[in-house]
Amino acid sequence: MSTRLATPGRLIDKAAPVSFTFNGKQLRGYKGDTLASALLANDQMLMGRSFKYHRPRGVVASGAEEPNGLVNLGSEGRFEPNQRVTTTELFEGLEASSQNHWPSLEFDVGAINAQLSRFLPAGFYYKMFMYPRSFWEHVYEPIIRASAGLGKAPKARDVDTYEHFYTFCDVLIVGGGVAGMQAALTAGKAGARVILLEQTDHWGGRAPVDGGRIDGAPVDDYVKETLNALRSMDNVEMRLRTMGAGVYDHGYALGYERLTDHAPEAAGPRHRLWRIRAAQIITATGAIERPLSFAGNDIPGVMLASAVRDYVVNYGVSVGDRTVVVTNNDNAYLTAIALKHAGLDVPVILDARVLPSDLGLIERAKALGIRVLMGHAIATVKGGKRVTGVSICAQAGEGAVLEEIQCDAVAMSGGWSPVVHLWSHCGGKLRWDTAHACFSPDVDNPPKGSDGMGFVTPAGAASGMFALDDVLHDAHAAAEGVITSLDMKLPKDVTSPIAERREESPMAPVWMMPQGASVKLREKTWLDYQNDVKVSDVRLAAQEGFVSVEHAKRYTTLGMATDQGKLSNINGLATLAGALDADIPTVGTTTFRPPYQPISLGAIGGEARGDIFQPIRRTPMQDWHEANGAVFEPVGRWRRPYAFTRGLESTHDAVMREVKNTREKLGLLDASTLGKIIVKGPDAGKFLDMMYTNMMSTLKPGKCRYGLMCSENGFLIDDGVVARIDEDTWLCHTTTGGAESIHAHMEEWLQTEWWDWNVYVANVTEQYAQIAVVGPNARTALERLGGMDLSKEALGFMDWADGTLGGFKVRIFRISFSGELSYEIAIDAGHGQALWDSLLAVGADLGAMPYGTECLHILRAEKGFIMIGDETDGTVIPQDLGLNWAISKKKEDYLGKRAQARSHMTDPSRWKLVGLETVDGSTLPDGAYATGEGTNANGQQNMIGRVTSTYHSPTLDRGIAMGLVLNAPDRMGEVLRFPGTDGKIYEAKIVDPVFYDKEGSKQNV
Amino acid sequence: MSDPVTALKGLKNTGGFASISEVGPTGMITLRGDLSAKPVIKAAVAASGVTMPEQGRIGSEGNHAMAWMSPDELLILCAYGDVHDRLAALNKKLSGQHTLAVNVSDARAMFRVRGAHAREVIAKVAPVDMHPDAFTPGMFRRTRFAQVPAAFWMPEPDVVQVICFRSVARYMYDLLGMAAQSRSEVGYFRR
Repeated sequence: MSTRLATPGRLIDKAAPVSFTFNGKQLRGYKGDTLASALLANDQMLMGRSFKYHRPRGVVASGAEEPNGLVNLGSEGRFEPNQRVTTTELFEGLEASSQNHWPSLEFDVGAINAQLSRFLPAGFYYKMFMYPRSFWEHVYEPIIRASAGLGKAPKARDVDTYEHFYTFCDVLIVGGGVAGMQAALTAGKAGARVILLEQTDHWGGRAPVDGGRIDGAPVDDYVKETLNALRSMDNVEMRLRTMGAGVYDHGYALGYERLTDHAPEAAGPRHRLWRIRAAQIITATGAIERPLSFAGNDIPGVMLASAVRDYVVNYGVSVGDRTVVVTNNDNAYLTAIALKHAGLDVPVILDARVLPSDLGLIERAKALGIRVLMGHAIATVKGGKRVTGVSICAQAGEGAVLEEIQCDAVAMSGGWSPVVHLWSHCGGKLRWDTAHACFSPDVDNPPKGSDGMGFVTPAGAASGMFALDDVLHDAHAAAEGVITSLDMKLPKDVTSPIAERREESPMAPVWMMPQGASVKLREKTWLDYQNDVKVSDVRLAAQEGFVSVEHAKRYTTLGMATDQGKLSNINGLATLAGALDADIPTVGTTTFRPPYQPISLGAIGGEARGDIFQPIRRTPMQDWHEANGAVFEPVGRWRRPYAFTRGLESTHDAVMREVKNTREKLGLLDASTLGKIIVKGPDAGKFLDMMYTNMMSTLKPGKCRYGLMCSENGFLIDDGVVARIDEDTWLCHTTTGGAESIHAHMEEWLQTEWWDWNVYVANVTEQYAQIAVVGPNARTALERLGGMDLSKEALGFMDWADGTLGGFKVRIFRISFSGELSYEIAIDAGHGQALWDSLLAVGADLGAMPYGTECLHILRAEKGFIMIGDETDGTVIPQDLGLNWAISKKKEDYLGKRAQARSHMTDPSRWKLVGLETVDGSTLPDGAYATGEGTNANGQQNMIGRVTSTYHSPTLDRGIAMGLVLNAPDRMGEVLRFPGTDGKIYEAKIVDPVFYDKEGSKQNV
Repeated sequence: MSDPVTALKGLKNTGGFASISEVGPTGMITLRGDLSAKPVIKAAVAASGVTMPEQGRIGSEGNHAMAWMSPDELLILCAYGDVHDRLAALNKKLSGQHTLAVNVSDARAMFRVRGAHAREVIAKVAPVDMHPDAFTPGMFRRTRFAQVPAAFWMPEPDVVQVICFRSVARYMYDLLGMAAQSRSEVGYFRR
């Protein structure tokens, strides 16, 4: 069993007990524990079930590479699935539950899959679920979805906050082990702005566990001294609990800081995403130990040798009383020695190598009385939910059992792989290191920046240096190189510390144990623990022709779990290489992609949640609208009142009331959102003649003109009223959604094409509140405010004037989008609400009522006025809409003119705008299509038109609509059939699009 | 004429580690023109009462200031009530010169972020190097604050003045308030 030892742990505080629960069971640990070490201390080796076969799973590792120990963490607004026990710090009240089992962790029905594993090999799903095709959607997929999956999806809203932090530095160092610390010290002494990130909650990495001496003192002393030195440097920033998540182009990197994961009740944000621009990046990300591939290597109790050592040394936890060590290298001997020192039993060290002499650690282990069997291997591990023993065989053979040994833990080591993820994210190449049987950064091919120079340098174990002395020298050299590349200088007296060297025997690559393992053994030999990929699966993939590592990965799902194959990738591709009789480097690796470990979606979203999920634009009168019954609709990023409801009135009734009131009395519209762009200069007229389809240069000061704007391709993109202010100044109104894009459109043409024209533009949209005063009583209301002559003679239709109205400095445009007598009043935004209030006051007995965008739409539709975005959709040209009157034939050119002359644009069969009047007075469904005779080339029914706008008109008390129809002008009076999605067929007659006041007498009074 | 009101009527948030307050009505004039032309420089200096700012900088004196916005654009800041006179004077001086000067006082909202860690509030929402050695008083930066355009400068140590569009004043206020939420100091910019 696993338990807490009497010996102290480096990282725990036995004076500070912490209680927590696992599957509802009350357990105790200590401050400094990870959830993994605390569970082990409580003999909770079984932590979850695997993805596919629901095999019992215990913890294998002690860090970020852990594939098995995944739990649901927290509850309600802090619930989160798939949290790694090895990277979860223990805190008081922590609640964890195991995943992927039913009904319980101990007894799981899904484990039946394991009995069927012979029938569920790699590619099973692809082969099985191909036929019949219809079964996929309704039978296979629901079953697979129900049976697969790890943690539960959170149901409650996340109660935490998150944030980003932008920062810049000369040198970003990822990894706070001795290599990262040494690199930071060297770079810091050179005066560089340094950021040092460490993903765990402590400095020094694993060097203090592995021992040795630096400058004659224990590693812990070096860590302490270096920390003090770094803390005294103002130019060095150090962050614990912050993972270097990804490296991107141009020295951009992400750091993922977990601020309150270890203290969920603490105030402040939970995670902070550091968005770092670094001139140079040093990856001191260490190395990950590889498992060995032997039968039963997934049984709980089989762990990485380094993890077993970590639990003993750092947390005072033994994973078992009797631990068999199996290895192909010297490093695992440290585990045997550490266990012995902790008073635990190591019945045997199985070393796959056959060495000529006992050096260093081997000698020490033997001196401690540990039995060492060279050239030996594990034939199979015994046990179900827990290791009970191992059978031993010769590594060179096929697995004939020589001896059986009882034990309750196995510590394995297949060698070490540098963590090359961050090096590789942005294109750093790898080379195969034969001596250590691993991929290491190819320092001659680093990720390159815009200057063609490398911007990432690996340091320490991450660059394939495993001996302590080499690690420190390499880290110092990495920092020195980076400093030189930054044109900075290292003070002469700054040198690398010197560590004592251990005598070491070379490791031997072992990809299968025993070397000639039978199919039976290979079927029990796991590569990927989380996704249940075995040696036999990879070999099957190779046999079936998946020779590319990327294909084999996807076929078998190797390395596709939440751990992204940190333990399984190298063993998997070595197995693939073996099956293909190819070299490992020729098989290559899969692609390393950020983030290094999963990061929270909250951190990625940052502050963008709730009220500030996205900016909502507000007009100067928005508060009033909110207080007066407005129902809003999004228009661009604005929220415009759709209608103003009164009392219990429905929104539809409010709209009907607003239309009637505006036609009969007086309506007020907040038109502040309309774009307003000033265009000024000696060439402004010429410029606007290019931007609009009609003439703007001939407009007289004091006058307004409606204009259309097209893209280069001839399509209608915007419309609005242009007012000429003075000899060389125009004011262009755009649609609400078009203000920014039309401003940018104008700037683009001025900056790139007509850079020599003397024109300046300015977007003054938000300078003004704009209020449309509409209806038969409009003039009376404004005259009551007084101060300006608003008679027909003084201010005729399409005139504008500056003046003082009721004490307000205003500009009044006599324009109408409703067909009524109408004025639009522009005023400095800071006075908008005051003017609005005044208009409501003087208009009270004239029937003044605010109206919203739906009323605006109905008013314009009754008049047959088009709306950008309704009648246009990016494929419509003005000619389609019968707007030929607004297209100048005199002008030599305008944007879109040439495109509109193309054959397809002049094709008489283009659908054209018409009015549609339902035969029975009902309202056509929006977007409905009119069906024609026969079918098209695809066998679909031919369509001959579609509805672009449709409303119930309270003025006419019937449905009115506009639509684009084939051969429309020749079909006046014809009745079209529009099938609705409600099963009904709507019949509508083609009519003139102007339904109301065709003569325009109402607006011209 | 009514008294002008700002978008948030001077709202203030002192609940976080830096205070966020909306600044009252301020006069602002956008001037576009050839910034190397002597008459333009002369008129701008006269209208603003401060010297011509270099690229990326702001010159200020009392509540008068002039900021470099782009290679052909300046922003003149003055008292709200002075805008019309200054604009008229500017246009008069620039007659015959191809320029564009417009009043944008009401198109904007302005905020003041004050506190020992005010720089961190900005660094949480804007991709700008806020290190005291990198962003210094006298600098003026046009950038984005999370999802909206903004410009800012530091009129004094520990104070950041932010300009954004009026329509997103509420978003800016809430955004800065969130960035300054208590117990969220990064503790990064040491001096």
